Amino acid sequence: MNEQGEYVVDADKRKLFDWKELWQYKELFYFFTWRDIKIKYKQTMLGFLWAVLQPLLMMIIFTLFFGRALKVPSQNLPYPVFVFSGLLLWNTFSTGLTNSANSMVNNAQIIKKIYFPRLIIPMSSILVALFDFFMAFILFVPLLLFYRQPVSWSALWSWPLALGISLTATLGPGSLLAALNVKYRDFRYVIPFLVQVLFFLTPVIYPISLLEHPSLKYVLVASPMYAAVELFRFPLTNVLPDMNFIFISIASGIVFLLAGLIYFKRTEDFFADFA
Amino acid sequence: MKPILEIHNLAKKYRIHHQHGGYLSLRERMISALRFEKKNTEDFWALNNVSFIVSPGDSIGIIGQNGAGKSTLLKILSRITPPTRGRIITRGRIASLLEVGTGFHPELTGRENIFFNGSLLGMKRKEIQSKFDEIVDFSGTEKFLDTPLKHYSSGMQLRLAFSVSAFLEPEILIIDEVLAVGDAEFQKKCLAKMEDVSNSGRTILFVSHNLDAVEKLCKTSILLSKGNLIDHGPSSEIIGIYLSDAEDVVFRKVNLTPAVSLEEFSFSETSLTTGDPLKFSLRIIKNQEQEFRLNDLCLLFYNYKKQRVAIFDLRNFFEYFQRDQDTLAYTGTIRNFNLIEGIYAVGLFYGFNDIHGDVYDLIRIQVKNEIDTSKVRPYDVQYRGFVELI
Repeated sequence: MNEQGEYVVDADKRKLFDWKELWQYKELFYFFTWRDIKIKYKQTMLGFLWAVLQPLLMMIIFTLFFGRALKVPSQNLPYPVFVFSGLLLWNTFSTGLTNSANSMVNNAQIIKKIYFPRLIIPMSSILVALFDFFMAFILFVPLLLFYRQPVSWSALWSWPLALGISLTATLGPGSLLAALNVKYRDFRYVIPFLVQVLFFLTPVIYPISLLEHPSLKYVLVASPMYAAVELFRFPLTNVLPDMNFIFISIASGIVFLLAGLIYFKRTEDFFADFA
Repeated sequence: MKPILEIHNLAKKYRIHHQHGGYLSLRERMISALRFEKKNTEDFWALNNVSFIVSPGDSIGIIGQNGAGKSTLLKILSRITPPTRGRIITRGRIASLLEVGTGFHPELTGRENIFFNGSLLGMKRKEIQSKFDEIVDFSGTEKFLDTPLKHYSSGMQLRLAFSVSAFLEPEILIIDEVLAVGDAEFQKKCLAKMEDVSNSGRTILFVSHNLDAVEKLCKTSILLSKGNLIDHGPSSEIIGIYLSDAEDVVFRKVNLTPAVSLEEFSFSETSLTTGDPLKFSLRIIKNQEQEFRLNDLCLLFYNYKKQRVAIFDLRNFFEYFQRDQDTLAYTGTIRNFNLIEGIYAVGLFYGFNDIHGDVYDLIRIQVKNEIDTSKVRPYDVQYRGFVELI
C-alpha cells in the first residue's frame, strides 16, 4: 500500500523481507496486541489477577517440592526468589510460544479476508505474553523485599537484555510453529508437549551446576532460553555465568529466529489458501 | 492519464487434494511418502490469463457464475493470495471489502470493534478518531457503543460493520457482495453511500450477484466464466450476455446470513415446457446456536434482460429453527408454470430475524414452448403464483 507511486505484484518476483512495509503497519500491530490483551482479560473472571496468581502458585509448589523436600540448590538465593526469577521469563516464553503457534489458525478468518504483513500476528501474540511478564514483575518486587534480597546495579542492563533474548527466543520457534500449524494441523498437539520438555531442559527450577556431566550441559545451554534465565539471575547471584554457554545459547536463539522467520515468510503468501 | 490499475495475464492455480480438506495432516503426508504413493492431486486454474485496465474514477462490475473466478480475482487484487502467473500494477491505495466486520469480536464493545476493524481495513488511528462520530451516526448504534458486541442483534452487527467500511477513503475500493444483507432501509442507505463513493471520483471494483446494483453503480463490467475473461464492455450489454448464456448454472452452497446457509436448491427439471408443473426443493441450515425465525422466503424468476418476471411467495411458513433443529427443508410444486420460452435465472428473497436479502441466479431453467408465444399475454399485476407444498 503505497501512498503514491506504483505498487507491483509480480508472480515471478517476490521479496522475502519487507521491513519497510512492516513498519507502515505498526498501528495495526498495536491494535492486534491491544485487542488480544483486552479479550484475554475480559473473558476471565479474575482478569489481571491470573497473570500474578499463576507464577505465584507455581512458585509455592516448586518451593515445597524442590526447595524444601528435595533440597535443590539455588545458587545461594532463597529458593522462592530463585524459582520466581526463572519463572518470570519462562512463563513469558511458554505463553508467548503457545500463543504465537496458535495465532495464525486462530486468526484464519481475518487472514482470508484482509491483507497485511502476516508476521504481525505471531509478533503481537508474543507481546501479549510480555504484558503478563510486567504483571508478574509487580509481584517480584515485594518478593525481593520480603527476602531482603540485594539486587546489583547490573540489573539495569542484564534484565532488559534477558527480556530481549527471551522475546527473540520466542519469536523464532513461535513463527515456525505458527506457519507449520497452518499447513499441518497436527502441530497443535506437539506444542504443549514441546513446552513441557523445554521447561525441564531450561534451568528454571534447578541451577545448571546441578548437572555433573559436561556434555549434558551443552545440550541444555543450546536452549535459547538458557541465556535469558541466567542473565536475569545475574544481578541477584552476582556470579557471572560461563560466557561460552551464554554465547552458545544466544547463537542458537538466532539460528531459530532466522529459521522461523524464513520459513514463515516463505509460506505466508499461501496461508489464505490453506487456512 | 495512466491507468490506476493494470492487470496483465493474471493466472491462479490451485492444487486440489483429493481425500482431505484444504489442510494436510503431517501423518497423512508421511504415510503417503512411505508408501511411495503418487500424489493424489489435481491442478485447477481458478483464473486464466485475465487482463484488463482500469482508469481512475472507473467503476467496474465483475459478474459471472459461482466458481467463475470472481472471488479469486478479488483475492489476488487485495493481495490476500499471490498470483501463479502475471502482473498487477496499482497506482493508488487499495482497500478491499471482501466481507464486512472482519475481525469483529463478540467480547469487545462496539467502540473497540470500530477501532480494530477500521485499523484492519487500513485506516490510521487518527483517521478513525476523526470519523468516529460519523461512523456511529451512520450505523445508528449510539446507545450500544459500550456494550459488548455479543449483545447486539445480527442486524445491528451488520450495520455497524458496514458503517466502518463506508468511511474508508482509498483510491481503489474492492467490494465483494457485501450489500446483499441488512434490512431494506439500510440496504438503500448503503447503495446511496456507494454511489457517493463512485461519484467522488474513486475507482471501484464491484462483485455482485445483484445485477441491478451492478448496473446502477458500474458503467462497465467484465464477465468471467471458468476463470477466463469472456467480455468487457458497458454493464447493460455484459449483463445481457451473461444472462443469455445457456450454460447450466451449478448450484453451490450460499451463505444467506453469517449464521444461515442455503445448502441445497434444485428443480426436478432444468428444462421444461410452458404449463408443466415445476417441482423444487430447498434446504436451509443454521450454523449457530442462536434461534432464527424465517419471516420471508420467495422464489424469484428473472428473464435474460434481468427483469423479474415472477415471484413465488412461500411466506406462509413463519417457521423457527427449533432449538435442537438445524435444518429447514421444503419441497413443493409450482402448478401450471406459465412462463414463455427462454432461459430464466432463479434467485431467492429471504428474511431471517432482522436480516433480509436477495440471492440472484442460483440456478437456471430453460422453458421450451410449443405454443405460439405471440398470443401470450403477461399476467395482470395482482396475479400471484400459487405454490403447493408437499
